[in-house]
Amino acid sequence: MSAGVIAKTVRGFTAALEQTLVSENSAHERGLLQALDPRVKLLGLLALVVTAALSRKLAVMAVLFGLGLLLAVASRLSLWSLAKRVWLVAFAFTFMIAAPALFLTPGQPVYTLPLGSWASLAITAQGVRTALLLIARVETAVTLSSLLVLTTPWMHLLKALRTLMVPVEVIVLLAMTHRYVVLLMETANAMFESRQSRMVGRLNGHDQRRLMVNTGGVLLSKTLEMGNQVFLAMQARGFRGEVRLLTDFHLRPWDYLAISGFAIAVAAAVMTGK
Amino acid sequence: MHIPDGYLSPSTCAVMYAASAPCWWAALRRTRRKLFGRTLPLLSLFAAFSFVTMMFNLPLPGGTTGHAVGVGIAAIVLGPWASLLAISLALAIQALFFGDGGITTLGANCFNMAIAGSFAAWGIYRIVALGAAAESRRRLVAAALAGYGAINLSALLAAIELGIQPMLFRDATGAPLYAPYPLTIAIPAMMVGHLTIAGAAEAVMSAGLFSYLRCNEPALVGITSQPMAAPPPATRRLWGGLAIVLLLTPLGILASGAAWGEWAPRDFSNAATRAQITAASGNAVPPVAVPSGLARLANLWTAPLPDYAPHFVKSAAFGYLLSAMFGVGLILAVAWLVQLVTQRLAAQSATQSPTPRREP
Repeated sequence: MSAGVIAKTVRGFTAALEQTLVSENSAHERGLLQALDPRVKLLGLLALVVTAALSRKLAVMAVLFGLGLLLAVASRLSLWSLAKRVWLVAFAFTFMIAAPALFLTPGQPVYTLPLGSWASLAITAQGVRTALLLIARVETAVTLSSLLVLTTPWMHLLKALRTLMVPVEVIVLLAMTHRYVVLLMETANAMFESRQSRMVGRLNGHDQRRLMVNTGGVLLSKTLEMGNQVFLAMQARGFRGEVRLLTDFHLRPWDYLAISGFAIAVAAAVMTGK
Repeated sequence: MHIPDGYLSPSTCAVMYAASAPCWWAALRRTRRKLFGRTLPLLSLFAAFSFVTMMFNLPLPGGTTGHAVGVGIAAIVLGPWASLLAISLALAIQALFFGDGGITTLGANCFNMAIAGSFAAWGIYRIVALGAAAESRRRLVAAALAGYGAINLSALLAAIELGIQPMLFRDATGAPLYAPYPLTIAIPAMMVGHLTIAGAAEAVMSAGLFSYLRCNEPALVGITSQPMAAPPPATRRLWGGLAIVLLLTPLGILASGAAWGEWAPRDFSNAATRAQITAASGNAVPPVAVPSGLARLANLWTAPLPDYAPHFVKSAAFGYLLSAMFGVGLILAVAWLVQLVTQRLAAQSATQSPTPRREP
């Protein structure tokens, strides 16, 4: 049990670190979305996510999902990896939420479960529609937002956020946070692995909690110490409180084509999805 | 509690972004002066730390495990404004990079966990630890309660946001378009897990980290763990009185009939209300037709909470209490804004006044 908790946490860190590597690798592939200006990609895919959220028709969401699939294939993303990491996880979570709605949503019964005389449980047409709408919307939205992350280097994505008028301080904070998230995950992972390798036998619940909280405490100490070191390193390199982002994005002909494509897709989906 | 894309309508998402934006703006303004000093790496690292602690599997009594958000300890160590920034950063990285929580729902998630959570944790800690010595056990309890209260408030807000979706957004057949469950299902479903597992995880993590910091980083906790100066007794009594009056507001339901002079147009056509008006007006019979001016102006403004009861609340007593809390909150917010503006103006006039020239 004690090893189980540590192993579970280590598995979580490993999966997150693996995801970071996969994103970085796929963002540098030579595909359709990778070739676009990050600003165009950010605004276009965000507009499609909002359109999926606005849509009230399953057919429109299916078309948007299909568009996401096409973009994924054209961007050389592995559909199997997308299915495993994105679609299955989103489906499992959303189905768990949506399944009771099949029965709980009031409306026209379409199928009554054969539970005998002691209970009556019916699936309603409105319940089916609600569950399908929710699952389709969530799957479409996560596919489109995953495309953004999987085809854009993190630093480019952050720079592109300036087009949404995100303050420069926030972008610097996000960039630093992301960098240290990876570092602290590696540190925490190493701490848990070293602890696991030195542990024999089983710990009771109290000791397990103590172990986890103490690890958190040591990690916090390391975090604060690292904060001081980072600040001193910044000062040593001449940091005087001014931040400049090197924005070297330039729109190219295919970016204008992509803008037109996104605009047409969004307009068509909004008009038909009402 | 990380609401994914698709569960909230775009209009709800827009409202939640609009609600979060002023808080982010105020937090940035408050920390901007310090942001390009030691605070910049500290905030980023604390955000990264919160992110990583969210991945800890915390064993809980009963054999289950839970995850903490880290909002309790962040609010205690950093204060509410820097904490709301740090937790918002962690949530943004989760949503943008790891797909945990939606992009369209990021405003709602930040409002629930980072903003409301930070202020709740900070407020609970300050109240419970008021006047306690640095080494006191009460501070540990305060830290645990701060985490527990913050996570449960966040969960309640998320449940309300999810629960109002089927009331507001349905298609022509009556099928809910977004999150399908009404408040009566969403609130209990969300709160059961948070009052037990997630709340316990947050309480354990907050108290444990607080205890660790008190032993190993006393200077850091010492910043916020000095015995807090108690507010002047008169102010404290006023706050206490206000709380009691708030709790007593449902007594208003006991009063029957309409208050004299506060009649609605429909009261003139209701026989029972007409009899009450007559009795209360010294037997002067009210006109049969609704006075034309009253009829014209009555619908000029539709109150958001008509008759002190939001339409989605079924219990009149709870509606009264909710309206009272909303009203008091609104008044406090206006008073705070007025105070802020007057202080700014005073500070500006002080800096603009010419400095007296020193005579040689």
